[in-house]
Amino acid sequence: MASPVGSPALNTTIFAAFVVITLYVVYRVGNRNSSTSDYYAAGGTFTGPQNGIAITGDYLSAASFLGIAGAIAVHGYDGFLYSIGFLVAWLVALLLVAELVRNTGRFTMGDVLAYRMRQRPVRAAAATSTLVISFFYMLAQMAGAGGVVALLLGVHGKGGQAVVITVVGLVMIFYVLVGGMRGTTWVQIIKASILVTCAVLMTVFLLGKFGFDISALLDEAAGNNANGDRLLDPGGQYGRTPISKLDFISLSLALILGAAGLPHVLMRFYTVPNATEARRSVVWAVAAMSIFYAATLVIGYGSAALVGSETILASGGRENSAAPLLAYQIGGPLLLGIVAAVAFATILAVVAGLTITASASFAHDVYASIFRRGRTDPADEVRVARRTAVIIGGLAIAGGILANGQNVAFLVALAFAFAASANLSTLLYSLFWKRFSTSGTLWGMYGGLGSCLVLVLLSPVVSGAPTSIVHNVDFHLFPLSNPGIVSIPVSFLCGYLGTVLNRRDRADPARAAEMEVRSLTGIGA
Amino acid sequence: MARPDFSAIHGSAEFAELRRRFRAFVFPVSVLFFVWYLGYVLLAAYARGFMSHRLAGAVNVGLVLGLLQFASTIAITNAYLRYARSRLDPQVALIRARAGVK
Repeated sequence: MASPVGSPALNTTIFAAFVVITLYVVYRVGNRNSSTSDYYAAGGTFTGPQNGIAITGDYLSAASFLGIAGAIAVHGYDGFLYSIGFLVAWLVALLLVAELVRNTGRFTMGDVLAYRMRQRPVRAAAATSTLVISFFYMLAQMAGAGGVVALLLGVHGKGGQAVVITVVGLVMIFYVLVGGMRGTTWVQIIKASILVTCAVLMTVFLLGKFGFDISALLDEAAGNNANGDRLLDPGGQYGRTPISKLDFISLSLALILGAAGLPHVLMRFYTVPNATEARRSVVWAVAAMSIFYAATLVIGYGSAALVGSETILASGGRENSAAPLLAYQIGGPLLLGIVAAVAFATILAVVAGLTITASASFAHDVYASIFRRGRTDPADEVRVARRTAVIIGGLAIAGGILANGQNVAFLVALAFAFAASANLSTLLYSLFWKRFSTSGTLWGMYGGLGSCLVLVLLSPVVSGAPTSIVHNVDFHLFPLSNPGIVSIPVSFLCGYLGTVLNRRDRADPARAAEMEVRSLTGIGA
Repeated sequence: MARPDFSAIHGSAEFAELRRRFRAFVFPVSVLFFVWYLGYVLLAAYARGFMSHRLAGAVNVGLVLGLLQFASTIAITNAYLRYARSRLDPQVALIRARAGVK
């Protein structure tokens, strides 16, 4: 194990400062008001620009910050392809989802999907999908925390890492319980501002170092990498075999179609007062993320140039250490400390966003609508949401400790595949296809989720490859790691068939008309 | 507040016009950016020689096309913002006023 770079004490201090500041903000804005609208949606009081920055905070996970910069530094161009998929995906949200979802629902994805369908089965499906996606996404974040701890705090023992993961989890639970959506949103805003500023400063510095000559930077990067000039060409990571190429296409589809179906992203649209502000949210998010992803390109190639791929791979965090090592190289222990704190803050904030989403879905869709059939008072519902948040937080801590050190980065891509296969298809049908029925929703949702799960179980992710979770047995039948290329069409097909084949289950034309009017005009919202 | 008469609004000419304007923009543009993105991904996977072609110094076709994806995303966002402001928002305001919703 390589020793940590920089000063663990300084890294910890800067992160502690972030935690203290955000805890104070959360404490100040978190009113103990028990209305559902306050707890789930911050009363719809955020402006578009604020929410846009918060979306950026929710969306830019540790995977996109450390992972993409590292992938570019080590594998080159293919890492850049990730950034592009993550960014272009926002056009789906902008054009087809954000405003319509804001107009149609109140707190959760289930609100939109169940609007004109039979409430209980559809809400159960929406909650299942929300919980599965949030849990996978969360596990990936928490498991990554262990690696970041090892790299930046110099804590190498599993026990010590478990303590750090627990502390991070407890702070996160505090954010959610005390701050509700309002507090969590401010944490996202603070984190995103620091993250994007940090990335931009590093980029400007790097470009300045090479006299604003991008070609010189690229040449230096290629010269310092084991791949040489091929670093700048596509195929470094995915180009080896026909299967890996197909896997890459599958991943790309999941990325671009998944973002707009992620439950924690959808829920953010309810924190603004109306559809126009939801639109402005996406515009601001696209602006902030374009800057960020362009910066990761420079940071990635910059770390290839200045740190070199061998040093990166030899360090404790492997690829994930590219950005921190670069920060150390150009800004010394202080900049490294800031980058380290941002990495932690990122994990913390993303998990908080996921926790509030999952707890809202359980309390609102399952408890209030299914168990109590809508006969519950808001204070009761918020109480259930808070308890659920504690349980989910506990699961996140336990999952993070158990999965620590496992290669679970694929879980993020998988969460996108789930979101694209179960949520996006049913949302689009529900918003744009009048005949779409309850049975179509259920088929689409469970068809997408089910095919995703089965394909992953039968994929090299689980068995039959050196990097698989299970060793010594090989039951892999499906060659791709990412199921999107199959499960997304399956979900659309299931939604279609479930609607046209089940003739007894007709869509209610009056409700469909109402939903269409409401989604486009916001009347009644 | 009285419940809005959704079926009357749904049947109105103003609403039909709003729906037409909305779909006239978002459907073709969605197809456009999806095909452009998919084309780019396919080129990256199967046309490595083309993508690796150097244009200026170390800058190759792949890098330029990738940055063009950024540019087109920003351009489409901007175009939709303008379109929505000039063609959609006034129509929504008209329908809401007719329906007596502020």
